[in-house]
Amino acid sequence: MKKENVPQDMSSLGKITKEVCYATDSSGKYVTELSSGWDVKINALDVAWKDIEERKAKAKQQVLNNEVSPLLFFMEYRLMDIGILSDYTGFWKWQIKRHLKPGVFKKLSDKKLQKYAEAFNVKVGDLKTMNVHEA
Amino acid sequence: MKLDFEHYQSAHCESGVTSSLLRESSLNKITEPLAFGIGAGLFFTYVPLIKINNGPAIAFRTFPGYIFKRTCNALGIPVVRKKFSSKEKAEVFLNEQLEAGNPVGCQVGVYYLSYFPREYRFHFNAHNLIVYGKEADNYLISDPVMDKPTTLTSYELERVRFAKGALAPKGQIYYPKNTVEITDEQIKKAIISGIKKNVSLMLNIPGSFAGVKGIKYTGEKIKKWRGKLGLQKAGLYLAQLVRMQEEIGTGGGGFRYIYAAFLQEAYAYLQKEELLEISKMFTQAGDLWRTAAVQAAGIYKGRIGSQEDFNLMGDYLIEISVLEKDAFLALKKIKWQ
Repeated sequence: MKKENVPQDMSSLGKITKEVCYATDSSGKYVTELSSGWDVKINALDVAWKDIEERKAKAKQQVLNNEVSPLLFFMEYRLMDIGILSDYTGFWKWQIKRHLKPGVFKKLSDKKLQKYAEAFNVKVGDLKTMNVHEA
Repeated sequence: MKLDFEHYQSAHCESGVTSSLLRESSLNKITEPLAFGIGAGLFFTYVPLIKINNGPAIAFRTFPGYIFKRTCNALGIPVVRKKFSSKEKAEVFLNEQLEAGNPVGCQVGVYYLSYFPREYRFHFNAHNLIVYGKEADNYLISDPVMDKPTTLTSYELERVRFAKGALAPKGQIYYPKNTVEITDEQIKKAIISGIKKNVSLMLNIPGSFAGVKGIKYTGEKIKKWRGKLGLQKAGLYLAQLVRMQEEIGTGGGGFRYIYAAFLQEAYAYLQKEELLEISKMFTQAGDLWRTAAVQAAGIYKGRIGSQEDFNLMGDYLIEISVLEKDAFLALKKIKWQ
């Protein structure tokens, strides 16, 4: 890539810091050039977040339909799969799978709920309402 | 306390941290591209059975931690590297090093990295930054991908040092044990060994989904994504490919441009004309990766999306695979004496 072709499309990162790119100058020598972003990757990130939003909305509906416990909503909200959640809470994966059942979730002790709240960085009360107050 | 440390912005976190931590030892000679190349940083893999963020697990660079380790080894610099099970001990050790005057590299997760924009915060645990001091409750942070130094509170730093999930950092800290002078002769040897290692990684790694043949494998797979996954999910997969290739820290073109820059710097040390020619091949590979990214964007933006569009996308990768194979074979053939 030539230095003058380093894209300068404003991304959300570009507002905070420009990124270093490697590109060639007129003599073909490599130099660094700052970029404020590139549409191609801005769109790629948008696609990823649109998918996350859709997954969140779907999970929320499943919770409201009583098909799954609110844990699923918070997993989507925090981009966590069962493995990551297991690492953060110390619960086994099979335990989390059980806790994903609405009936089981309703009977969880405060202590267990507290672990989930910490992992999701929300308040225990938020776990039941799905209203998120950033801790 | 604030150590005498100059912040340098770089493209990629680990080669940037490596280059910054070695500045004193090397009298600024170990630039980012040299660290990346000596550390045999260039790679490709697509692991079909693993999913990351509901998409394909694709990497354009070598395993985390490898660049720092290899670069220091190749230059004969002893390294201290520690992981911790206790958060308290991890902080005590960090403070001791700062007291002793050592800026240190830390592996961190980006999900709770407060100075990153929210859109960029995924559960990615192989980010690297340097801690070079502490003022009140704030640690002074030199994050190589940021243009300026920044800070994290002790709680924020602890949270990212103990992020969980794949490649959990476990408080990992690392730094060169002492300042030793690095000679040009050592740099020359390290460059040659880095090139040989990268040749071997890209050409000889076993299995079908890594190295240059992994690129071809991925190209073939992409052609089937539309039928297998449906247009929307296939678009999501392509977006993930592009993010791994171009997002923060690659220097553009899936690290191929950094590698091309490395080969030019290698020429300055070794005067092998071939290096300049091969550098151009990596520039071409980087350009082609970016052309492929533009094609991918057409698909995930919904502008195009026929099977032919996916075929063209896959063919780009197959073409890149051939080009990179030729480039590494040419590197392999260089007679170093």
